[in-house]
Amino acid sequence: MSALPVAELMQESALPDALNESVAARAAIHAQVLRRADARADPPWVKWLVIALAAGFLGLFIGLPLICVFIQAFAKGAAAYIAALADPDTLSAIRLTLIVAAISVIANSVFGVIGAWAIAKFEFRGKHLLITLIELPFSISPVIAGLVFVLLFGLQGYLGPWLVAHGIKVIFALPGLALVTIFVTFPFVVRELIPLMRQQGTEEEEAALSLGASGLGTFFRVTLPNVKWALLYGILLCNARAMGEFGAVSVVSGHVRGDTNTIPLHVEALYDGYQFAAAFAVASLLALLALVTLIFKVVLEGRLEQE
Amino acid sequence: MGTTLLWLSLIVLIPLSTLFFRTAALTFDQFIAIISSRRALHAFELSFGLSFAAALANLVFGSIVVWALVRYRFPGRRLLDAIVDIPFALPTAVAGIVLTTLYAESGWIGGLLAPLGIRVAFTPLGIFVALVFIGLPFVVRTVQPVLEDLDGELEEAAASLGAGRWMTVRRVVLPSIVPALLTGFTLALARAVGEYGSVIFIAGNLPNYSEIAPLLIVIRLQEFRYADATAIALVMLVISLLFLFLINALQRWTELHTGKSQ
Repeated sequence: MSALPVAELMQESALPDALNESVAARAAIHAQVLRRADARADPPWVKWLVIALAAGFLGLFIGLPLICVFIQAFAKGAAAYIAALADPDTLSAIRLTLIVAAISVIANSVFGVIGAWAIAKFEFRGKHLLITLIELPFSISPVIAGLVFVLLFGLQGYLGPWLVAHGIKVIFALPGLALVTIFVTFPFVVRELIPLMRQQGTEEEEAALSLGASGLGTFFRVTLPNVKWALLYGILLCNARAMGEFGAVSVVSGHVRGDTNTIPLHVEALYDGYQFAAAFAVASLLALLALVTLIFKVVLEGRLEQE
Repeated sequence: MGTTLLWLSLIVLIPLSTLFFRTAALTFDQFIAIISSRRALHAFELSFGLSFAAALANLVFGSIVVWALVRYRFPGRRLLDAIVDIPFALPTAVAGIVLTTLYAESGWIGGLLAPLGIRVAFTPLGIFVALVFIGLPFVVRTVQPVLEDLDGELEEAAASLGAGRWMTVRRVVLPSIVPALLTGFTLALARAVGEYGSVIFIAGNLPNYSEIAPLLIVIRLQEFRYADATAIALVMLVISLLFLFLINALQRWTELHTGKSQ
């Protein structure tokens, strides 16, 4: 396209030879750039077909369900929507979910920072295996996660009789819900921190230590601030999963409305009770959580890239 | 280091090891009888077969989506890029009830398919739809960075040597992203095999028809048939471990591959 004005220019004999040459050279480079771009460009019909397929697929499989959640939530009007959310059982489910998520986020953040630090800053044998084991909960069915804690703490479990004798309730109660949630969200924080901490190395810490900072002081003033965005990113994903977890908590919850039902379990209870609009109203809270999480994710990814 | 191992053991390794101890209490014949019962076999077949099919669908559509997102600039591209992560972020129970509502015979999509004689909700096809939904981001997010970093000079070289566009894509681009494609496929497969929340709503859960393996574990547990639940779970766990090591090997292969091309 741009070859035309260049050709016109070159025909103008008024231009000095030197300038002519530089214009010709630039035209050559320009043509080369164009050809290079051409080598990676697909024919327009391919381009638009691929875009149409991608948009159609994502719209049908992701966009439509997302919109449908909100439409169904308001199927019986705004008053019914608010009534569903203000229901005491819903409020109790929200409270329980917040508690369980807070426990999991705190536990996995503390472990995540310590664990990632140990893995990234020290060399030892079996490191690769350890990293693989940390990722284990991601590839295990959430149902199995719930089952193993029932096998440990349930009435028929290894520790069950002892727990009963001491009046401690784990399964069908808050401790069980928190434990399985910590299990399924175990890798989120630590896996964000390991690569970053590795990349940063130990130089800054060594400098701080050699200047007389204490070990703990170095950790809180150097190590932690260096990874704060990655830590927040891990916490964000950990929290989203903790609040939305279904399979694992479903196994260890007693499914008592207003007591051991988290938000996702409450959604199931309402849905199974044919209270569809109410189920979708409560589900819309979780969909909102997902959207907010994604927005923060994009923001944090921008921050991480800047660093 | 010690703390890491202790915490990992307490939360993950010791609980998981109970599966092995519990199953060890069974005789070998009992174990085989449980996992080869008709209902268990059907559940395994259904879970693995449909997960494989869904991961394949994700491979195809994921490739199309990732190509559009990385190679083209068009209005709405950033929005499409952002919603790819929805299945990661949306709780599975929400996905389950909304997909069931959409694909039931009275639903927006199910209503269109019903006159064609296609029933989706409460059939294995419904399970497939749910598994495609939850597995979608894996292929896209695994291949995306690799395709973005792919050195354009290879394609230019191929083109300047006279290769057509299709040949360049097939012989130059595709081999470079094969490790990432396989990693994404295996991640989607591993996730689909263990999936519970989004499936149980849409499946209808008829034994020997639309009952997935994770659900059978839950049912056996509710019936207090702990041995059955544990044996089935152990099979799933061992397969998950195999997937995990396969994914690790694939990821190292991907790193090696992209390291070379840079």
